[in-house]
Amino acid sequence: MAFSFNLITDLLEIFQYQFMQHAIEAGTVVAIVAGIVGYFVVLRRSSFAAHALSHIGFAGAAGAVLFAVSPVYGLLLFTGVGGSAMAVLSPRAANRDVHIGTVLAFMLGLGVLFISLYAGNLTQTYSILFGQILGISSSDVLLTLAAGIVILATVGVVYRPLLFSSLDEDVAEAKGIPTFLLGIVFMLLVAVATSIAVQVVGVLLIFSLMVTPAAIAQQLAKRPQTAIIVSVAIALLATWLGLFLAYYEPYPVGFFITTIVFSLYLLVRFVYRRIRPLRVFRATSEIT
Amino acid sequence: MHRRLHMMRETIVPEIVAARNLTAGYADNTVWREASFTIDRGEFVAIIGPNGAGKTTLFRLLIGLQQPLSGNVEIFNAQPRRGNPRIGYVPQRHGIDSETNIESLELVRLAFSGKHWGFSFSGRDRKVALGAMKAVGSGELAHRSLNTLSGGELQRIFLAEALVSNPELLLLDEPLSNLDLKREKDLVQLVNSLVRSRNVAALLIAHNINPLLPFLDKVIFIANGKVATGKPDEVLTSESLTALYGVPVEVLHDSRGNVAIIGTEEFHGDE
Repeated sequence: MAFSFNLITDLLEIFQYQFMQHAIEAGTVVAIVAGIVGYFVVLRRSSFAAHALSHIGFAGAAGAVLFAVSPVYGLLLFTGVGGSAMAVLSPRAANRDVHIGTVLAFMLGLGVLFISLYAGNLTQTYSILFGQILGISSSDVLLTLAAGIVILATVGVVYRPLLFSSLDEDVAEAKGIPTFLLGIVFMLLVAVATSIAVQVVGVLLIFSLMVTPAAIAQQLAKRPQTAIIVSVAIALLATWLGLFLAYYEPYPVGFFITTIVFSLYLLVRFVYRRIRPLRVFRATSEIT
Repeated sequence: MHRRLHMMRETIVPEIVAARNLTAGYADNTVWREASFTIDRGEFVAIIGPNGAGKTTLFRLLIGLQQPLSGNVEIFNAQPRRGNPRIGYVPQRHGIDSETNIESLELVRLAFSGKHWGFSFSGRDRKVALGAMKAVGSGELAHRSLNTLSGGELQRIFLAEALVSNPELLLLDEPLSNLDLKREKDLVQLVNSLVRSRNVAALLIAHNINPLLPFLDKVIFIANGKVATGKPDEVLTSESLTALYGVPVEVLHDSRGNVAIIGTEEFHGDE
């Protein structure tokens, strides 16, 4: 299994293995979903909520392991309930972090209890924390795909009202847009996206797919549609490249994904902002 | 011909807003009571008064975000309701997040089409939005990011956002705060020209009435739980305010026509 510098033969070799096939399939769905939902997370300044939801999901997953159910069901249940609770308890941005943190601490306490009650070995818990993408079954892939389709369809329906209420909540509310309901829908989107993304990067590294690609994209593009496409592209690039590297090197996928995304972030934040290579292009396009 | 059309509409709908004995507040806290006034088409109205007196509360009643405690208010001869496209609303805002790298045209577009589900595939909202931005003299800002605009430029974008639905009533909550004197004057003149050229009514909440005085048709003065309305030179006199509040209120004039109102804030007890 050596790297051959011939990309085609390398990829053909990788695709021979079913675990790699599953990893790429699930990783692709997760990257697309995380890139899209992540854009709204960044726009709504809800990255702490996304972070908290993934950790709440950890408690759910630990509970599922305790009751011998697939962790993803525990994740979906806990993040769904936790996300709705956050949206209902603090519909407005003010003081939101305090409410979220309070719910988060309680849920993590439950997680600690579940782990201590569970007498078996803790590999499953470890994989929830850091991802288990190389151990994804074909039924996991199907579930991921189904969840991904539900998320994409929902975003497709709520796209414009959600974008408007994320950008200008007061005017959206005055215009009769159901901002409160959209807040709940948004949290449920984050909940489902988080639950499936945990398989790839785990609870602790969720930011690398849910927040950082979108944050980079927001620096690069100033039209929402373009920014979402860039965000998805970055998440896909990091996931694919991460899997490719992890196939050849004995280090975890999560490490590669976070490193790729972080490098891009540094590049955009400190290099791109200084030089702005597209400035000339922008100046000419502004005349139209 | 346009003029005749407006006149016809005027005879059918003489008033845009009619409040009768309107009392506003929350169950345990009345903010102001017994306000009666009308706003007519094409009027430029300033709402002034100390902080916490209930100026924004009046807007919330007109938009339908809050219900009156008692009395009655009608807009276009109907009860206020959320999502009325005949109202353009600019809420009080404390600037834009410095990370919001979004083209201003996108915001104005969303104000036009944001309440529809799904994506937009026609360019109509784009065209309407650009038209609204040109109407406030900010066509050249269309492709600039919101986080790169100055306070005065942002207020124009927000005004364009309110204008996209082609409203007949503009509600502007403190658009002049955080503007320097030059930008303040520019924005007041812009609102005035919109009022005159489109025959819309504009209600503008302000801290300082002086930059507005030369243009106003009416003033609504809210303080100490009471509301005084009328032409500026009728309302803003020592006699009328003293009679309304039952305590000595003095309206001072300087040589350039500026006024200062003394005596309402001292005993009001707000911040």
